[in-house]
Amino acid sequence: MTITELRKKFIEGKYTPLNAYEEMRAVIDAKNADINAFIDVFDDAREEAMRATEQYAEKGNDTPILLGMPMAIKNNILMKGKRATASSKILEHYVAPYDATIITRLKAQGATFMGTTNLDEFAMGSSTENSAFGVTKNPIDPTRVPGGSSGGSGAAVAMGAAVVALGTDTGGSVRLPASFCGLVGYKPTYGAVSRYGLIAMGSSLDQAGTFTNSVRDAEILFENMSGKDIYDATTINSDTYPLVATKEKYRIGIPRDFLLEGMDADVLAVFNAEIEKLTALGHDVVDVSLPLMKRGLAAYYIVMPAEVSSNLARYDGVRFGLRAEGDTLLEDYMKTRAEGFGTEVKRRILLGTYVLSAGYYDAYYGKAETVRQMMRAELAEVYKNIDIIMTPTAPTPAFKIGEKSDPLSMYLADIFTVPVNLTGVPAISVPVTPVLRDDILLPVGVQYIAPHAGDARLFDFGKKVYDTPKGIT
Amino acid sequence: MKKEDIEHLAKLSRIAVTSAEATALAEDITDILGYVSEIEEITGTHAEVKEVGLLYNVMREDETPHEGGMYTEDLLACAPERDGQYVKVKKILNNK
Repeated sequence: MTITELRKKFIEGKYTPLNAYEEMRAVIDAKNADINAFIDVFDDAREEAMRATEQYAEKGNDTPILLGMPMAIKNNILMKGKRATASSKILEHYVAPYDATIITRLKAQGATFMGTTNLDEFAMGSSTENSAFGVTKNPIDPTRVPGGSSGGSGAAVAMGAAVVALGTDTGGSVRLPASFCGLVGYKPTYGAVSRYGLIAMGSSLDQAGTFTNSVRDAEILFENMSGKDIYDATTINSDTYPLVATKEKYRIGIPRDFLLEGMDADVLAVFNAEIEKLTALGHDVVDVSLPLMKRGLAAYYIVMPAEVSSNLARYDGVRFGLRAEGDTLLEDYMKTRAEGFGTEVKRRILLGTYVLSAGYYDAYYGKAETVRQMMRAELAEVYKNIDIIMTPTAPTPAFKIGEKSDPLSMYLADIFTVPVNLTGVPAISVPVTPVLRDDILLPVGVQYIAPHAGDARLFDFGKKVYDTPKGIT
Repeated sequence: MKKEDIEHLAKLSRIAVTSAEATALAEDITDILGYVSEIEEITGTHAEVKEVGLLYNVMREDETPHEGGMYTEDLLACAPERDGQYVKVKKILNNK
């Protein structure tokens, strides 16, 4: 089901936003107790759907494109009057006092908000197992993870509880769950979409992204969410970067040195088959050398925890969120943060505090920022000869719940997605041929990466290759 | 990374940790630091980069952005403890 298909039905009037709401709410009521995609389910969505239904009856085609579209929202995106927990105990009872800019824009279109979705605590994780609200299961195989950190949003769309969903992507948190759940996952150019009202994790890396069933739907959401925001000084203008042109046929670069050992053999075979498909469609596929990309993860695990330790300093039990009482103010802080944060969050705060501390700053944070700069230069050089870079989205299909117990093995799930956030370029994950595991077909994703501000190029390419009758729509 | 180092970092981070937590975190963080230390060989002799991302100033007129007090109640409602128009905290200066 896509926005385009629903829109057509809504305008014809045989199937209304209220019908869509009721159908999807029934899915939530039947499946969410098991899958645990949603943290809160909104009863007031029914009124939104009724209003949308009336507007279609009155105005038909002359209505906003997202009117009445049932959506699910990751619970680290603020919606006024609703809980914004970031799946953390420290924000369990925090009710957002304002709307994120992207929510304001979707509300102006009359979207129907089905509810808020589960995530790894503060978006730190690759599986949605590390949530104060319990594990989210993959609807395709409930013994497996949906990916993370936006696993609840991926699961919500995959189980048919929303037509699209919003997530956030700091190191792959939209693209990884999209690939594990068989959806299109989009991470815009850094600064293309406002971060105002997103619960910050790594401010130089975070971007809001989307889960959809077609590339066109990702484009529709992007067109209606992106743009300069006076409340986010890092949002870019249309002339911040040079124009990235769309083309009839594209030149695709494969970073062979990035396809590492330890990659699942079936996923690699699917990836290679996809290269054949592109060639058959008339696109030019060439090898490129990007030796720094595969080392991005090391830089990421310095920059990200450093920014996490700074951003999460605000949770002190004074102005909002949980407060655990001690005898002194300092004890209040220490106890609040000890009781409010989970293990992975503490791990990253401590790591970030270490890499930023006097004597270590130059060796870690300074070097990591240098690597980012080197990676941007490496990319710019490669984009002189090619239009789009292609990699797998993840080294494996969805793994089993509980399979990855040590932090480092979990971090490696993001090896292909992290360089995109470090450099700030846009990327899309699209579902390709699934692989068989335990008699279940598990989705596999391929990632396409464009230069800065090349969002329109990714949508153009993606629609040509994947939004076809034989494709995914 | 020793257990005592973790306890020091935890203090700096304003997070109380138990002895068992400190031991486990010392192990994890040692592993992660071992992994990220390859950053040294990647940069080699490359000059250190001082700027982070695209840096530019964003200015606005120094004027009243909105009516005074229009958000006060919404924001105070988020506070764990309040006293009228104030957020309430424990005594900060100790005059003993």
